[in-house]
Amino acid sequence: MSEKVKFTIDGKEYEGEKGRLLVDVAAENGVYIPVLCHWKDVKPAGSCRICTVKVNDRYMTACTTPIDANMTVENKTPELEDIRKAIVEMLFVEGNHFCPACEKSGDCDLQALGYLYQMMVPRFPYAFERRELDAKSPKIFLEKNRCIFCKRCIRMIKDDKGRSFFAFKGRGKHLEITIDEKLAANISEELAQEAMKICPVGAILRKEVGFSTPIGQRKYDKVPIGSDIEVLQK
Amino acid sequence: MTQKITIEPVTRVEGHGKVTIHLDDKLNVAQTRLHIVEFRGFERFVQGRPYWEAPVLVQRLCGICPVSHHLAAAKALDVIVGAGTGDGLTPTGEKMRRLMHYGQIFQSHALHFFHLSSPDFLLGYDADPAIRNVIGVAMNYPELATQGVMMRKFGQEIISHTAGKKIHGTGAIPGGINKNLTAEERDILLKGEDPLNADKMIEWAEGALEFFKDYYLKNREFVDGFAYFPSNHLSLVRKDGAMDLYHGVLRAINSNGEKILNDVDYQDYYKYIEEEVRNWSYMKFPYLKSLGKDDGWYRVGPLARVNCCDFIPTPKAQKQFEEFRAHTNGKPNNFCLHTHWARLIELLHSAEVIKDLLQDPDLLKDDLVVKGNKTDEGVGLIEAPRGTLFHHYKINDNDQITMANLIVSTTNNNEPMNQSVNFVAKNMMSGQKEITEPMKNAVEVAIRAYDPCLSCATHALGKMPLDIKLVSSDGKELDHYRS
Repeated sequence: MSEKVKFTIDGKEYEGEKGRLLVDVAAENGVYIPVLCHWKDVKPAGSCRICTVKVNDRYMTACTTPIDANMTVENKTPELEDIRKAIVEMLFVEGNHFCPACEKSGDCDLQALGYLYQMMVPRFPYAFERRELDAKSPKIFLEKNRCIFCKRCIRMIKDDKGRSFFAFKGRGKHLEITIDEKLAANISEELAQEAMKICPVGAILRKEVGFSTPIGQRKYDKVPIGSDIEVLQK
Repeated sequence: MTQKITIEPVTRVEGHGKVTIHLDDKLNVAQTRLHIVEFRGFERFVQGRPYWEAPVLVQRLCGICPVSHHLAAAKALDVIVGAGTGDGLTPTGEKMRRLMHYGQIFQSHALHFFHLSSPDFLLGYDADPAIRNVIGVAMNYPELATQGVMMRKFGQEIISHTAGKKIHGTGAIPGGINKNLTAEERDILLKGEDPLNADKMIEWAEGALEFFKDYYLKNREFVDGFAYFPSNHLSLVRKDGAMDLYHGVLRAINSNGEKILNDVDYQDYYKYIEEEVRNWSYMKFPYLKSLGKDDGWYRVGPLARVNCCDFIPTPKAQKQFEEFRAHTNGKPNNFCLHTHWARLIELLHSAEVIKDLLQDPDLLKDDLVVKGNKTDEGVGLIEAPRGTLFHHYKINDNDQITMANLIVSTTNNNEPMNQSVNFVAKNMMSGQKEITEPMKNAVEVAIRAYDPCLSCATHALGKMPLDIKLVSSDGKELDHYRS
């Protein structure tokens, strides 16, 4: 039987299974730690850093940190909230995000975090990187301007043989998401829809279905991101 | 002798115009031009985008009539997704779009008449500019001002219930619509608390018409003599000749009422219409190919629509239409300021259509989208509040837009607006060394009759961002007015 350990988040004591990821255990206890690259039960990447917390006074990513006894976690502090806001701002200025005409608007995690942290004008200059569109796949429209390099698609969208449909190409500022043209030619409807769903932004679009959800019924139209977790607060 | 005026780009659609007036040796007006000089570029940067994005992206052209761009783009994409040329949608899809569109027409016409133009009629075009604005109307005619605000609100509520929000919604998608109307939403609009219900809107629209006609009777000489000139007129009409602001065939008539474009399918618009580029304006000058650049220009908008159609398919508006047409003995009406009269007839018609639609059970049904065999090209036309709006797209095999051509209402009215401005300038300014404030406002009144996009956000503050220069034949600037 797995070992239960006690730890605190923002001064309140919680219990969880030793070794499980802090971000998941916190969510199960009604504590929202924001994520963009993390997806429950998928091997963590720790790439976006939006889940940065302080564990025993050290900055850690909650999506890669296993819980242990006597951990003291700081989560919702002004300092950490500002760090997260800065990360959201960096993601916005690094890509080309034009929410008004994006079909993921209202369902976009990055946009929702921008609202959550009340982002107005980013503190960083816009990069205005020129990124190409890849529309060759019959079912997927890859909008590289919006990719935040979370790797969810690379880790999760695979064929029967375990081959990823998506991959990174280039390094540093030249890094870009790509789709395997040959594999994507035969991607199933189910996987294409799943790819769009797990993309935290509007980079992966299932073709020809845009804007089919009316305003008012989109994921974040009525409640802010994280509220589904916070209602579990015990 | 003329002088080249340096033009700074000003907002094309949302309220900045520039007028240059050139005088000859005897200080008579030799040439007047209305410049709309901002370059927007939507036709270019929509290229490469997925086609289903166009209705949401392109509507950002305008904050005043985004619904018109939204629906014109959606109609073009209906063709591309194989859903027919405007009449192949499900009953729910088409009627929801119609409701959205007539709500937009209603709110836009109310805004234009009450908010932007009524100060000229109620307070006088030569009144003190400090009071000749919507605040002055509210202080002197509070009941009428309230009606204007509430009518606009009613139209905006319709847009919100059909498009998802009041400005820049997402309701229309290729092949249909993304939502129906709930019974609750229908009841709010149909039987809402006074005054926000369809019956009250019809009553108020009739009242607005009576107000204008009363004004006209008292000021007939001024109204009829203001920027009168014969022109061609172009609009969509229903196949049976009825007024239809959402869909129809393309009809154009000349100033005598003879058809010069005989109810053609608008998918072929490019066979009949061409655009001329002039080096002093970013706005093109469309004309009918068959008549050429000099004679082929035409008016669009309320006046053109009421002139082009054979009848209006709602009873109260039809009665007003008959009175309007009788005024010119059944011939086309070419009085510039009668555009307001025509606009108010459309306001009443829209209110009647809205009430009829709200009583239609199809709005509550769930069959929202149809799709057929995809094609690579589509044209969508709609009668926007201020005139015929053309959207034309081509896509490639990867579903990306490769070509977009938009001919917006303001563009269609480019030459008539210039004619009107020239008419007013010649009549009021020839021989004058100084531009008086009423003269300046007369120029604004002429522009305002066509296109509130140019006067929007301006009259409300008592000012229009208008730039008028009076230049003598030796190039000397005699007077310069910048509001």
